[in-house]
Amino acid sequence: MTAKKHEAPKTEKKKDDKESGEAHAYTPGLKVKRAITVEKLRRLPIPGEVLHKVGAKVNYDTKVARTEISGEPEIVKVAMVLGVEAEDMNRFMLKKVGDKVKQGESIAFYSALFGLIKKDVPSPRDGTIESASEVTGQVIVRGSPIPIEVDAYLPGTIVNVVPREGVVVQTHGAFIQGIFGIGGEVHGEIKTITANNEEMVTPEKITPDCKGKVLIGGSLITLEAMRKAAEVGASALVVGGVRHQDLTTFTGQEIGVAITGQEEVGFTLIITEGFGKMNMSATTFKLLKSFDGYLACVNGATQIRAGVLRPEIIIPHEEKLDEAGDAFAKGMVPGTPVRIIRQPYFGAIGVVDTLPVELQPMESESLVRVLTVKLNDGKIAMVPRANVEIIEE
Amino acid sequence: MGEVFKEFRFAMPALKKTIEVMQYILATDVGSTTTKARFFHKKDGVWRFYVAGEAPTTVEAPYEDVTLGVQNAVREVEELTGHKLLSPDGSGLIIPYDGKQGVDLYCTTSSAGGGLQMMVAGLIKNMTAESANRAALGAGAIVMDVIARDDGRQPYVKIQRIRNLRPDMILLAGGTDGGAGQHVMEIAELIKAAEPKARLGASYNLPIVYAGNKSIRKEIENLFKGFFALDVVDNIRPTLEVENTEPARRAVHELFMEHVMSHAPGYNNLMKWTDIPIMPTPAGEGMAMQLIADTFKMNVLGVGLGGATTNVYSVVEGRFVRSVSANLGMSYSVTNVMKEAGIPNIMRWIPFKIEEEEVASRLMNKMIRPTTIPQTLEDLMVEHAVAREALRLGLQHHRTIATRLKGVQTQRTISDMFEQAIEDSYVQMMNIDVIAGTGGLLSHAPRRIQPMYILSDAWLPEGVTRMFQDSVFMMPHLGVTSTVARDAAWSVFDKDCLLRIGTSVAAAGTAKLGDPCMVVELTLPDGSTVKEDMKFGDIKLVPLDEGKEAKAVITPAKTFDLGMGPGKAKEATVIGGIAGILLDARGRPLYFPEEDAARRDLLYKWFSTLKLYPEDPLKELVK
Repeated sequence: MTAKKHEAPKTEKKKDDKESGEAHAYTPGLKVKRAITVEKLRRLPIPGEVLHKVGAKVNYDTKVARTEISGEPEIVKVAMVLGVEAEDMNRFMLKKVGDKVKQGESIAFYSALFGLIKKDVPSPRDGTIESASEVTGQVIVRGSPIPIEVDAYLPGTIVNVVPREGVVVQTHGAFIQGIFGIGGEVHGEIKTITANNEEMVTPEKITPDCKGKVLIGGSLITLEAMRKAAEVGASALVVGGVRHQDLTTFTGQEIGVAITGQEEVGFTLIITEGFGKMNMSATTFKLLKSFDGYLACVNGATQIRAGVLRPEIIIPHEEKLDEAGDAFAKGMVPGTPVRIIRQPYFGAIGVVDTLPVELQPMESESLVRVLTVKLNDGKIAMVPRANVEIIEE
Repeated sequence: MGEVFKEFRFAMPALKKTIEVMQYILATDVGSTTTKARFFHKKDGVWRFYVAGEAPTTVEAPYEDVTLGVQNAVREVEELTGHKLLSPDGSGLIIPYDGKQGVDLYCTTSSAGGGLQMMVAGLIKNMTAESANRAALGAGAIVMDVIARDDGRQPYVKIQRIRNLRPDMILLAGGTDGGAGQHVMEIAELIKAAEPKARLGASYNLPIVYAGNKSIRKEIENLFKGFFALDVVDNIRPTLEVENTEPARRAVHELFMEHVMSHAPGYNNLMKWTDIPIMPTPAGEGMAMQLIADTFKMNVLGVGLGGATTNVYSVVEGRFVRSVSANLGMSYSVTNVMKEAGIPNIMRWIPFKIEEEEVASRLMNKMIRPTTIPQTLEDLMVEHAVAREALRLGLQHHRTIATRLKGVQTQRTISDMFEQAIEDSYVQMMNIDVIAGTGGLLSHAPRRIQPMYILSDAWLPEGVTRMFQDSVFMMPHLGVTSTVARDAAWSVFDKDCLLRIGTSVAAAGTAKLGDPCMVVELTLPDGSTVKEDMKFGDIKLVPLDEGKEAKAVITPAKTFDLGMGPGKAKEATVIGGIAGILLDARGRPLYFPEEDAARRDLLYKWFSTLKLYPEDPLKELVK
């Protein structure tokens, strides 16, 4: 998503009094917005041609830009195959640099002893002779250019064109970020399959009519349910949590470094809370459920390091936009709703009660900056500031 | 200045004041998550650490300008000290100090945006490619892949790999000077055919450093002209017997400044702010490790255990080698440690019952929310368990790089001339005199014995080894500062950064639990003596204050060794520290009972003997 440059997050000022009025949350909250303007930059990996102008209406599958990347090169050791010196190779070349060749077509030929010895070098692929080196005796045959197209991903309007690179597509709708996902961009109609945010997604809840749908579940998806979702052809699954072992078994690979989006497991999976059995935030669940039957644009791509990218669900609609500002930009003050994101209160929701300035000892004996949170059940919990995220809603 | 400064010999920059009259130095490290400012002050003629400020790094959207994070970190320093440092117009820092405000020297290291990511290519995997790998790592790079003619991959697989990598830079080596150039040209053609694109944008030519056979420089130049930003330097292996990584390493660093840094958001400005060139964080950290070796004249093994990477440094017999394990770390990379080490290897360090799935979930949750910190003792112990594995794997990786030169002609036999087998690393724990650690987890450990013990478990020091620790994570800062102000950097390093935790005395060997291992007799500074009869499986801490020395006579049992040979006594001077003298008779390799309950009992015994964690909560956990 494109975003205007913000002012940098300011660290909290030290004060002489015992409480700070406002603090920066170390962990940005995930966005859960009912109605905002969403902009997406749709960009080619290398320069090419932009297919639409500013103001054009596009659907999610409209191609907005295209280019070609150079074809796959193949190295042919011509001198070695012919049994000649590299510097002599060009004498035996049937094709010169720039010539087009077909797979199997001779590119070099050697004959000796009045034709009794013949050696032929066929092209390994369709393509063009790119180089023929007299130093190495290698010929490079470059395959046909590979076309690359970028679609709009969102139904909406093109609001900006980056010449030769791509476009910015704008739409209005709900925008929900998950914490982790696998699988790339998909689309489908929203279908809620659990009664509430606490119920688990089990195989019997996934029926044949889930095909092509974006399924919304509660606290946990089981391994069997993931297999069933792939079997019926669901587009995406959005759920509170997943067990590490189940995900490893299902995808056939252990997640090492969190750079995802390329997996091909049959559907895109987004977890909104974390690993293990975790109730989906009631707000997130309620919001998603209220859009049952709407088209959703979903992307599971996640990257935690070097450019944080969280998975997302975008539901285009015409409702009036939210007036509320960016809670994260405002910082954390008493009353700010927060979610605790680490043991021993993992998943608990409450509001900031106080923001003591003094460092406090934890059970682990670490001295850290803390805040107290008034939990929904009325209890007060003291937690490190690093262990909460602001709930943006 | 000795060997330490060979690595980054810049032309001496035009500083605003001479080092002798400077009073304030500011150094920052722009990390992948946090920008850390450290403020140094000369008071009564002595350079000391003054104050620290930290702020989130702002290299990514929506900020996309690292100088914002630097300003915020520096602003925290201003607030804590009342000393004004930032120019009112936002153009950087007030330089020099004018008696009221400003700073005399500003310098920085950086690993933001993923650091310096390189691809390395050479002719023979165990020879030129390995030397090129060492040179790239020596410059503080993360090496994404090493391509060699004999790496076992088909050319099309290599091409596919290069196309997908998007490195910041390529280092190409191969061939000895005057040797045949054809095979090196083959690798060069393969790179060109793959058309690799630079990570930070397709709009500029990817830098390539050529450090191979000098007789084909012209052909290389012709081949790459117009496609790459080529820099030709002296051959990394001019002959098989000589490795000359210095010119390549320097070229990599210069290109890092010119091409990579200048394309990262905000770095163009930051480069104008600094008095000396920006240095990659591992390079700064490495210089600090070299500073230790240089000062103490000892063999040093150091580590920077970070959130994303684990950097291991060794200085053995004056030879400095750095390894950067890109995906071993305590936050972003924590699940990769789990993947590489395997959950059972992490579980073996945990003294209480906990399900594997629970540990895996916690680590996955740490990875997706990397800035969270352990609040409970249980969580802290799980992190410490992972740290041991990250350190163990980091050293394992380091040993594959810190090897003797391969392909060198030896006096043994003619057939050894092209010895390709993997030779042993020369990094042997018995020869290591000092272990030094830095990085968030080690520097912020609640009890100072914890980093000493974690490093002991992970690296298994043998014989007599001093243990040092970075106090508040400022080794990179002092490393970069030392390039122009060596004495100032060392003063701060010695007095405020380098915590002397203690000395480890450990016997190599194994036996049955309870069998004799070693007898340690210590003569303390007050003349009193302590005699410890250590049985196999024992561990004990003898208090000895920082700076105090004790004479030790260590007599191992006949199957144990302290460096003098099995069963032979060793005499040494052991130096105290915040924790003291750690007598370790747990065996090398470390002994673990096979039965799980027995393993947990033994761990609990070790932990409680050393008072590693608070007693009551620990007792509660293992109950």
